[in-house]
Amino acid sequence: MITTPTSAEKKVVGRSIVWLMLSPVIKIWPELAAIVAAFLVGAIILVVTGHQIGETFAYLFRGAFGSRLAIGFTLTRTVPLIFTGLAFSIAFKCGLFNIGAEGQLQVGAFAAAWVGFALPPLPPLIHISLALLAAAIAGGLWVLVPALLKAKRGVHEVVTTMMLAHVGILLTRYLVFGPFKAPGWIPHTPRIAASAELARIMPPTQLSTGIFIALACALILYWFLWKTSIGYGIRAAGLNPHAAETGGVSVTRSIVVALVISGALAGLGGAGEILGVFRRFVEGFSPGWGWDGIAVGLLGRLHPVGVILSAFLFGALRTGGMAVARATPVPLDIVVVLQAMVILFIAAPKLMKILKRRGEKE
Amino acid sequence: MTEDKRAPTVEMVEITKRFPGVLANDRVNFSVTQGEIHGLLGENGAGKSVLMSILYGLYRPDSGQIYLHGAPVQINNPAKAIGLKIGMVHQHFMLIPNMTVAENVVLGFEPPGLVLRSRDISSRVAQFAAAAKIKIDPNAMIEALPLGTRQRVEILKILYRQADVLILDEPTSVLTPQGIDDLFTSLRALRDQGKTIIFIAHKLKEILSICDRATVLRRGKTIGTVEISRTDENELTEMMIGSKMVPTRRAKKASNGKLILQGEEITAINDRGVVALTGASFQLHAGEILGIAGIEGNGQTELVEVLTGLRRPTSGKIMLNGVDLAGISPKAALDHGVRHIPEDRHQRGIVLDFSVMENLILGDHEQPLFKGFLSQLKYRFIRRFVDQRIDEFQIQTPNRETVTRSLSGGNQQRVVVARIFNRELTLVIAAQPTRGLDVKAAEYVRRKLIELSDQGVAVLLVSADLDEVMALSDRIIVIFNGKLTATSDRPTRRELGLLMLGETKDRS
Repeated sequence: MITTPTSAEKKVVGRSIVWLMLSPVIKIWPELAAIVAAFLVGAIILVVTGHQIGETFAYLFRGAFGSRLAIGFTLTRTVPLIFTGLAFSIAFKCGLFNIGAEGQLQVGAFAAAWVGFALPPLPPLIHISLALLAAAIAGGLWVLVPALLKAKRGVHEVVTTMMLAHVGILLTRYLVFGPFKAPGWIPHTPRIAASAELARIMPPTQLSTGIFIALACALILYWFLWKTSIGYGIRAAGLNPHAAETGGVSVTRSIVVALVISGALAGLGGAGEILGVFRRFVEGFSPGWGWDGIAVGLLGRLHPVGVILSAFLFGALRTGGMAVARATPVPLDIVVVLQAMVILFIAAPKLMKILKRRGEKE
Repeated sequence: MTEDKRAPTVEMVEITKRFPGVLANDRVNFSVTQGEIHGLLGENGAGKSVLMSILYGLYRPDSGQIYLHGAPVQINNPAKAIGLKIGMVHQHFMLIPNMTVAENVVLGFEPPGLVLRSRDISSRVAQFAAAAKIKIDPNAMIEALPLGTRQRVEILKILYRQADVLILDEPTSVLTPQGIDDLFTSLRALRDQGKTIIFIAHKLKEILSICDRATVLRRGKTIGTVEISRTDENELTEMMIGSKMVPTRRAKKASNGKLILQGEEITAINDRGVVALTGASFQLHAGEILGIAGIEGNGQTELVEVLTGLRRPTSGKIMLNGVDLAGISPKAALDHGVRHIPEDRHQRGIVLDFSVMENLILGDHEQPLFKGFLSQLKYRFIRRFVDQRIDEFQIQTPNRETVTRSLSGGNQQRVVVARIFNRELTLVIAAQPTRGLDVKAAEYVRRKLIELSDQGVAVLLVSADLDEVMALSDRIIVIFNGKLTATSDRPTRRELGLLMLGETKDRS
């Protein structure tokens, strides 16, 4: 029998639809508030330094989303941020602070470039796969020593990954200035073979099929962390290593696995840039994707979907910021300030929570 | 004014305190008069600690009024409480380990002047101690003192601050029977000097032997206040839990089961590199409950860790059904059928930020039962399995996805206990399995241990609760200073108490 809904029922249904639409917003309100607050602080800084707020933000927005081209550029910059954001997230899920993603990204990028230019042309699928594999292995190996030191000796990973990041950056710089420099005055390697290139999908922007690799990595990481027993062990070790150990989880193994995957993801991020954007290893190709991954991961709550969204936001900020710098006297640094503010406002509430909990214990 | 010449020192009227989802105090009335020892009794979660935290200024009530000597007062923080001569000894001590007793006592309330004269302060502290009949050396370093003695320092600290009202939060939980006697002597002396003492406890015997009156709370409400001389254990129990409950007793069994576990000369060092376990040897049979009694810090933690693969012994053998477990991994121990109820639930027992479901499979998540192709967890099966567990073990939780942190201690422990039954087992190491649980939850855990032993599982029960050890165990071994001492067939409390203090048998 069909009955017409009473007005009370209608009200409930209406309310639940509003609720459904609002609930994701409510769930991520701290992040949204942090972004708004960051823009407010950015506005204050603009005023204090004597710039136009409206004009600046208009250029920022238009530069990031104003045209098909703008969106293409934003997406191009989203790709490496997804990789490094994921890299930061998996390590942090295991309670580890992999702060050296930039170094892992650089050595991964170089490995991919080397496979690209040193090997003879191969079938594209094979050549690309080999280059990606090389990048993942290089990135993973780069973090293996810190991982083993942490697992076996308890050496703090922040110190070791940070130091090795600089070693990695300088090593690739040496390689590109020295043994692998292509003829000419620009410090870059020879161009990779056409068979190793990731196809561009939105010319004239440099957006390549690398974005699908990034999204696939996010999906696989989600599956790995939440659907497998190894990921379960990693999350347990991250939240409470003592309970994890008691429950038969090998905490040392979890540390090594999480960090090596983290390094491999950062390395893949480098490969995506080389195979899709630059087509050769260029000194200084990364404006600091590895460091930015920390902010992306934190804002994305260490969740693959969150990482994708926050990588898009940070990619847009960077793209829009460049438009601002081109069109107005405001320097690109305003973007750095905005990013820093977002991190501050995201980290601050978490800190407050921890402090509050500690206060209650006493 | 009332005719009673003993006007209430502290009167708390209609106190209500609400936490998200919990009504911790529901219009609670509580009053104590000068010169009495007043017991505050109730199960865990009944609202005792919250009520006293309000009196000590740690929480602010949502409504209600506190009167001190008849005058309304606002106590916004502990400093205010101390100013009003209210002092509290918490369950966790707040002392500085590398300072002396006297220095800790005067800390924050030093005599005026730039230079702290240690001789002056130690003689002053000694005076306070003598007046309160507290045995202590003012010049001893805190780190060298056992827990029971540190508690005396905490009491001295609040006496030094001129407190007239002393709140003691479960003070006997760290004490031996002899230590409890000493504490009670001091409390009586203080009462006779006119101090007012509020004694939070959940052990009825202690309330009956030390208190003048007692107030019982149940689920955040005042049930009533009784004169101790006019009540008994049954009445108090009924007030506390609402129905009569008989403590678990079990018929002692002769150890004729198959030998399951044999410890041979196990020696282990603790985290600081000090020998914590020396030549521990024992046997445990199928279906037997072996109790390990002892004051905490005498090597029981290390013993448990060695048996569960968490600590590598420096020497000795741990034979489980003929296989040596010494130095194996926790996972291997689990695979050999050794299950563990850890002494520290929050540290080792559960992952607080995991869901109930995730915690219920911890330790078995690598089992084919839960793990399928490509290491995938079989969530469809796990959900059904977990719902069944929640039902069977009466875990009070909104659903399986609830974060375990939000459960009460008793329900968190039910999760730990339920997990034991996930797969075949031969041995359960239960370390302080009922610590911090209310009567009902503790009773539940004890029943489950008995159930396991009836099924032929060997149970090693490590507990600081002497009543529990005596009620459950078929045999009792006392641990003192890393050494195990077997006891007679039916040891008395006194015999156990002396052994726990390291006295040899012949002197008892």
